[in-house]
Amino acid sequence: MLTPNRVGLTKKEYGGAASTLCTGCGHDSITLHIISAFYELNIEPNRVAKFSGIGCSSKTPAYFLSRAHGFNSVHGRMQSVATGAAAANRHMINIAVSGDGDTASIGMGQFVHVLRRNLPLLYVVENNGVYGLTKGQFSATSDRGSAMKKGDVNKFESIDLCSMAIDLGCGFVGRSFSGDAKQMVPLLKGGLRHRGLAFLDVISPCITFNNHEGSTKSYKFMKDNHQLIHEIGFVPSYTPIEVDYAPGTVKTVQLPDGSHITLKKIERDYDPTNRKAALDLLVEAEEKGIFLTGLFYVDPNSVPFQDVEKLSQTPLVEMSMDTLRPPESVLTEIMNELK
Amino acid sequence: MGAETVKVNDFAIHVATVNGSGSQSSNNVLMRSIFRMGIPVGGKNLFPSNIQGLPTWFTIRVNKDGWVARKVASEILICMNDQTYVEDVKALEPGAFVIHHDHMNIEAIRKDVVSISVPFSKLIAEACPEARLRKLAVNMVYVGVVAEFLGITDEAIGLAMAQQFKTKQKVIDLNKAALAAGRNYVKSSLSHIRMPLKVEAMDGTQGKILIEGNAAAALGAIFAGCSVVSWYPITPSTSLVDFFQEFSERFRVDPQTKEKNFAILQAEDELAAIGMVLGASWMGARAMTATSGPGISLMSEFIGYAYFAEIPAVVVDVQRVGPSTGLPTRTAQGDVLFAATLGHGDTKHLLLFPGNVREVYEFTAQAFDLAERFQTPVLVMSDLDLGMNFHMADPFPYLSKAPDRGKVLTDEDGDKLATWMRYGDPDGDGIPYRTLPGMKDPRGVYFTRGSGHNAKAAYTEKGSEYVEVMNRLSKKFETAKAAVPQPILTGSGTQKIGVIAYGSSDDPMLEALHLLKKEYQLSADYLRVRAFPFSGEVEKFIAAHEIVYVVEQNRDAQMASLLRMEASISAHAGKLKSIVHFDGLPIHARLIANQIFVSEESRKNLVRVA
Repeated sequence: MLTPNRVGLTKKEYGGAASTLCTGCGHDSITLHIISAFYELNIEPNRVAKFSGIGCSSKTPAYFLSRAHGFNSVHGRMQSVATGAAAANRHMINIAVSGDGDTASIGMGQFVHVLRRNLPLLYVVENNGVYGLTKGQFSATSDRGSAMKKGDVNKFESIDLCSMAIDLGCGFVGRSFSGDAKQMVPLLKGGLRHRGLAFLDVISPCITFNNHEGSTKSYKFMKDNHQLIHEIGFVPSYTPIEVDYAPGTVKTVQLPDGSHITLKKIERDYDPTNRKAALDLLVEAEEKGIFLTGLFYVDPNSVPFQDVEKLSQTPLVEMSMDTLRPPESVLTEIMNELK
Repeated sequence: MGAETVKVNDFAIHVATVNGSGSQSSNNVLMRSIFRMGIPVGGKNLFPSNIQGLPTWFTIRVNKDGWVARKVASEILICMNDQTYVEDVKALEPGAFVIHHDHMNIEAIRKDVVSISVPFSKLIAEACPEARLRKLAVNMVYVGVVAEFLGITDEAIGLAMAQQFKTKQKVIDLNKAALAAGRNYVKSSLSHIRMPLKVEAMDGTQGKILIEGNAAAALGAIFAGCSVVSWYPITPSTSLVDFFQEFSERFRVDPQTKEKNFAILQAEDELAAIGMVLGASWMGARAMTATSGPGISLMSEFIGYAYFAEIPAVVVDVQRVGPSTGLPTRTAQGDVLFAATLGHGDTKHLLLFPGNVREVYEFTAQAFDLAERFQTPVLVMSDLDLGMNFHMADPFPYLSKAPDRGKVLTDEDGDKLATWMRYGDPDGDGIPYRTLPGMKDPRGVYFTRGSGHNAKAAYTEKGSEYVEVMNRLSKKFETAKAAVPQPILTGSGTQKIGVIAYGSSDDPMLEALHLLKKEYQLSADYLRVRAFPFSGEVEKFIAAHEIVYVVEQNRDAQMASLLRMEASISAHAGKLKSIVHFDGLPIHARLIANQIFVSEESRKNLVRVA
């Protein structure tokens, strides 16, 4: 915790306020992984903007990177705030933390469109399949047939946010489990380096309202049904180290900034740059009732929003008013046209 | 109308066409050619919520004295629409001139109007060899007919056409041929009709521009340095963003790199549109959105957030008729009360009421200064009449004053940061200092939230800390009273009768004062309210008059309600008497003048009885 990184900050300095979530909450583990990812990538906290909506998950940006400005917005609308902010300042590194209610229910409209726009934003859903703050209602990601703490069984289909993200053209889609630091930290780091929107669905059991027998998002269920599609390593572009995996079991994906994501295949020969294969994999896993984690899809040629829109390389917020406001001659020209 | 007297530069032309038939360019040419002869004009578009096929009307009012607001009766009707001509003719005043297709039998409808039958289909078939273009070009034939009757010069029409069709020579040639066909038909076949309405060149429009309010708002935003615009298309605000885009792409793209110094974000809905404004403003950009009533409803959540978390936001509300979808293509001042306290909980917002296109330009620009100075949403309350109709104005002045970016602390403000509190009140004016993302000094970093927060921006559920923040917000609102546009008094201020109006009612209100004096020998003082919160002048004005008519374009007298809510004004609430108009068409001078006259007569009688 006390060793400074390349930008001279200790891991502790990437921390935030004390969490007010339940002791043992999966979300707090994710917070720690986020801290590790930023620390290990040597990102200066002031270059980061944090976004969230409403719910347990959305409280967590207060618990990491207290040296970065954060915007805890309204329920299900964080995506639009992040969009405006990213358009205004293309130099910021953006991270959004949302929940399954905040994204898959009230925020579904904005979720879909933020994916389409491909902003540079690491979008983490802390998915516990339950409404925690209002004491345990089903969410749209609760699996059909799973049971509520008080016994009710969910009768409706659940939404698979990862399939949806891939379907909508998101260029970086993965799933992990809050307790799996070894998998999550590289995924977060890869997401932060991705040029465009990186979506991570993180199963994060609610130890109070969704950790009982019958829940499909409990620690026990996850441990028994969880299957990794590969081990992941992340190699930042400025550390030219050799990949030490045996040939034939390793897939390296180069991100546009020069960094690499390394995927070690465990179960099957899987190519995460194949969008169709990614969708097939998720459908197949769902049919078999297997819970897959890993990086499902990555598009190394993703073009972020600001480049699609041909926004100035200088962030709009850094332009002086003299640059932004056209000169008087322009107004005169327009006025003459209206005479 | 007596057929013998010649009426120069004082009449209205009502054109009835079918939506999507291309009549808009002909109407623009007709209006602009009169304007080019130096005669004051106003153009009002009455259109359906439809792309093609439903009836649409365009009214051009010509008035040498500059009274170009809506006038109910038009002296000339041009009937190009089979669906509506019977009703259109029935609505005319006796003696009006009806220029119509030769298959329409006007005399069967009324005998007290002048029928001018024109074989439009035959004329355009001769003038335009290409059959597919005839539907469009036929509209220019009626321009030719009107031009010949009224005396509009070819020179003026040539200038108007060049402006309308730019350098498209083929289009200009075609339209000139259609125009000539109309003129020639009048000369050859209609010389028996005596037309007492004439235009005569004058110098009433020298140097002036004709502009729609939405273009004016777009210019206000551009010249205020607005760099992020987000929106969801909605009538009647859509053209505002279209103009912003058009002007920005012409003048704000780097000629070498082709990079833009502005971002236009077409959102998925108005919830997102305002969210994008907040994100961009929070990041430090000048950002705005444009919308109308239904969008305002959706934005209430984020506007409340912006009020409480103190984030600048500029919203131009081009008001249309509500409630609900209402009449999407008709005008109203129906969002006033809703906008003033938009959002749940205790909220109050700065509202600006531009009364003309020049003010639409200036207030939109000023809204950015106010939003950043007061770190709060500012709503520019335009409406369809201002936004989508053509208004005359002097050319807009360049905004040479440096933009006011408000109280922002940066890494350079080391000492101030030591004691800085995001929601504190160090200057005693209720306005805190904000910081922007990207800041290096950790003392200047804070977490923005819509949940309860104390002066230090930390989460709180403590009643006393919440009250402190809310009371400071009230104080900030009080401070804003002196910074918003102040009311304008017309008249000596010493009359017994007072009138309060705002926004697009200004032109008709001024004309109504003229009518009251000329026809009823009544004088009144007129105070035009230009912003909420109200300045102390408003209370003084009400206190100083026996009766104050509040003129507005909604059913429920929303401005009057807002006035009564003000503690100092509520003492004089009994003096306020409302004149409302809300059928979706712009309010007009005759209605205001007549209602004030009738009310004053009954007041006189009451005094006599007493």
